[in-house]
Amino acid sequence: MINLTINGKNYPVEAPPGMPLLWVIREQCELTGTKYGCGIAQCGACTVHVDGQPIRSCITPASSVEGKNITTIEGLAPNENTLHIVQRAWIDEQTPQCGYCQSGQIMSAVALLTENPSPSDEEIEQAMSGNICRCGMYGRIKSAIKRASEALQNSSTTNPMIP
Amino acid sequence: MKKWTRRAFIGAGVLASGAVIIGIAIRPGNRTSKVSGLVAEEGETLMNIWLKISPDNTVTAIIPHAEMGQGVHTTLAMMLADEMDADWSKVKFMEAPADKEYANYILAKGFIAGDANSPKFLEETIDGVFLTAVKSMNFQITGGSASVRFTGQQGMRIAGAAAKAMLLQAASETWKVPVEELKAQNSTISHAASNRTATFAELAPAAAKVKAPKHPRLKTQDEFTIMGTSKPRWDIPAKVTGAAKFGLDVMVPGMKYATIKSAPVFGAKVKSVDTSIPSNSSGVLKILNLENAVAVIAEGFWQAKTTLDTLPIEFESTENDGKSQEDIFNEYRQAMDKDLAEGNLDKHFKSGDAMAELSKAETLIEAEYQLPFLAHFTMEPMNCTAWVHDGQCEIWCGSQNPLGVKAAAAEVLDIKPDQVTVHNQLLGGGFGRRSETDVIKQAVLIAKEVDYPVKLIWSREEDTQHDVYREAMVSRMKAGLDQSGNPIAYSHQFIFKHHPAEAADVPYAIPNQLIQYSSPASHVPWGNWRSVDHSVHGFLTESFIDELAFAANQDPFTYRKTLSKNNPRFQKVLDLAYEKSNWGSALPPNWGRGIAIAQSFGSIVAEVAEVEVTMEGKVKVHRVVCVADAGFAVHPDGFIAQMESGIIYGLAAAMTGEITIKNGAVAQSNFHDYPVTRMNEAPKIETHIINSGNPPGGAGEPSTPVIAPAVTNAIFNATGIRIRQLPIAKTDLRVSIRQTT
Repeated sequence: MINLTINGKNYPVEAPPGMPLLWVIREQCELTGTKYGCGIAQCGACTVHVDGQPIRSCITPASSVEGKNITTIEGLAPNENTLHIVQRAWIDEQTPQCGYCQSGQIMSAVALLTENPSPSDEEIEQAMSGNICRCGMYGRIKSAIKRASEALQNSSTTNPMIP
Repeated sequence: MKKWTRRAFIGAGVLASGAVIIGIAIRPGNRTSKVSGLVAEEGETLMNIWLKISPDNTVTAIIPHAEMGQGVHTTLAMMLADEMDADWSKVKFMEAPADKEYANYILAKGFIAGDANSPKFLEETIDGVFLTAVKSMNFQITGGSASVRFTGQQGMRIAGAAAKAMLLQAASETWKVPVEELKAQNSTISHAASNRTATFAELAPAAAKVKAPKHPRLKTQDEFTIMGTSKPRWDIPAKVTGAAKFGLDVMVPGMKYATIKSAPVFGAKVKSVDTSIPSNSSGVLKILNLENAVAVIAEGFWQAKTTLDTLPIEFESTENDGKSQEDIFNEYRQAMDKDLAEGNLDKHFKSGDAMAELSKAETLIEAEYQLPFLAHFTMEPMNCTAWVHDGQCEIWCGSQNPLGVKAAAAEVLDIKPDQVTVHNQLLGGGFGRRSETDVIKQAVLIAKEVDYPVKLIWSREEDTQHDVYREAMVSRMKAGLDQSGNPIAYSHQFIFKHHPAEAADVPYAIPNQLIQYSSPASHVPWGNWRSVDHSVHGFLTESFIDELAFAANQDPFTYRKTLSKNNPRFQKVLDLAYEKSNWGSALPPNWGRGIAIAQSFGSIVAEVAEVEVTMEGKVKVHRVVCVADAGFAVHPDGFIAQMESGIIYGLAAAMTGEITIKNGAVAQSNFHDYPVTRMNEAPKIETHIINSGNPPGGAGEPSTPVIAPAVTNAIFNATGIRIRQLPIAKTDLRVSIRQTT
């Protein structure tokens, strides 16, 4: 039995040695917004944040992140009625198609904008090329990141990533 | 139930009974009593099978299509709401249940009629004989870029217009005023002269008793208020919060997890496996020998997979065990030679005498092309949750073919389809893959061995190695040019013909043509892959026409335009592509520009690619200008998104997509050895829509066939190297090679 802190909540879980965080999050915590795509850190669909850093949960043993702050797509919005600035931009650009990869895309984008609030095209490509979208919505993802970036510049809150 | 294919459907004799069909017209309204129990709740009025009205004046469109990101729920509801003059803010949708009453006869009509206009006997009214045939085929497919073209045009619009007419009639009778004086607007009916207004909901119970009009008047394009606008898609908000539920996300109380390994060589059987649970495994509940596969059920996917990976499984040998990709291509070529020599080729199209004219031609161009097997690689790996209990079966999955799912489960369990309930979920990518039912059958086979629900999840490796594949193929093309470079004769010998039937047609004015094909045996299973045969023939035809333009010493754009002289829609698309791409303007060194055009699924799409080939031979596609004659784009932003998507999907295949066979089995296993286009490799895409006044064309597929030839034609323009084998990555394009070629 290990204790995980996900989206600020404590989850006691059963994770055999080596069991990736992805399957614990999905099957035991029932947070299914984090997706399985490849299992070998190639596609980015399973991206979550550990202490603010984006990681691939499909190859990260659950036991290695005990005691750390894990954020999944479900924990991104500040509350039920308010979306995260990046999620808002995603809707405004009508970004997703099938939507399956989008949790991972958004988690990577939030990590990028936290580090670099006004990334260039090249910096966006660099940061986002680990996330595959088979519906090919790369142009819209890029536009949404730029829109979120602009919203960040215009935001008056002290921590604009938490609107 | 036989597996559905469009060809099987057409071959089923439905068309042959056309003479019978005409006389027996049944309105959809006549079926409402049967279906209201399936879709309507207390107080709701079902106006016809596609439309219900709630007491709070909500209009619900009942959509017989699966959502896989194409926005079909929103777009089809728009078509219904516009014809009905409903208040868009009060419109909702529900996905039609997987029930034979919702078998999609309109879609079936569309497939039978093909991309041509429906034959008269299939038009406008719905007839009982035809419907029965469609029901028996379990036809509720999302595919063929058909939702708007068929279900929308001939179903949703008519359903909306008929409901409006019935509401107007009810108001006329209630208020004793002429129907001509009434106006429908924003989900109300009003009579200005007497200053009376009633909501749709208030009139619905009376309206439902009105005889449905046989031919409700449909709006003309200038009357549209909702169609032609880009309403925000309903499926998007849940997709940014993680709340959207895909098949993989289904949670059923008491559910366990399973994963599976099929025999690596297609068609092989399990020879031996020890199904006792290994002592060192954790959380494993059961190991099953399914004859051609082994499955492990466990408390979680990870526990199931790690155990499965270490199980010693022996498979029977088959005649294909030693087969390589090279062997397969050799077999294809031998079959082509043999069929040609023995006169056994199947004819696709013939006009004039191509062989005689070829021998007389001033210039003869010959080329052989080769295309690889392609996998689908949907983002969401295959999965299905099944629960067999109390003589019933419940299925949770994301399917393009929910009625097929129902039939497949019933077949495995030898029960009636009515005893199977399908809970269709969002699809994490379809591209044709989710019209199959192989994983459904496996899930049911597993679930029937236990008394709890089981979610079967395929690993990505299983998904890669047990897909149904776009065919690998070889094509031989010949053309004869006259003295001015015009093609006077054309012959094409290819292998495998699936559908759409017209895919191998040449869209250009060439008087003498002979197009033929062989169908050699293949142990690699075939499946619908985005744009199906157009994905093959778009590349072949548009590459070869580029070769002819070069041989004729003519500009590739001008050559196509001249040869499209009988096709003004083609010419308009070409002209706009010319203008928007700045065709002919200077490019940096090592850059090239290529054009390709094709008509598929009712839309005509041209793409111009700007490509850089570096000194090291790396290909970078910088920009794609896409021009589409959409007929009429019902949801322009959705149409544009589909063009973008089809381009990236086709580009991934063109650049690096290749499944190869080694020792009879698929050699690739995951994204590391089947690379796909990523953001840093994605071109800037500019899409321009032409609303030509024709009926709406398809959106999901027509941009895919032309991207490969647009790119390879651009590579030729940049380097002088003609790519005749895909993927492009197979060809060495380093500058040192180029100079010696």
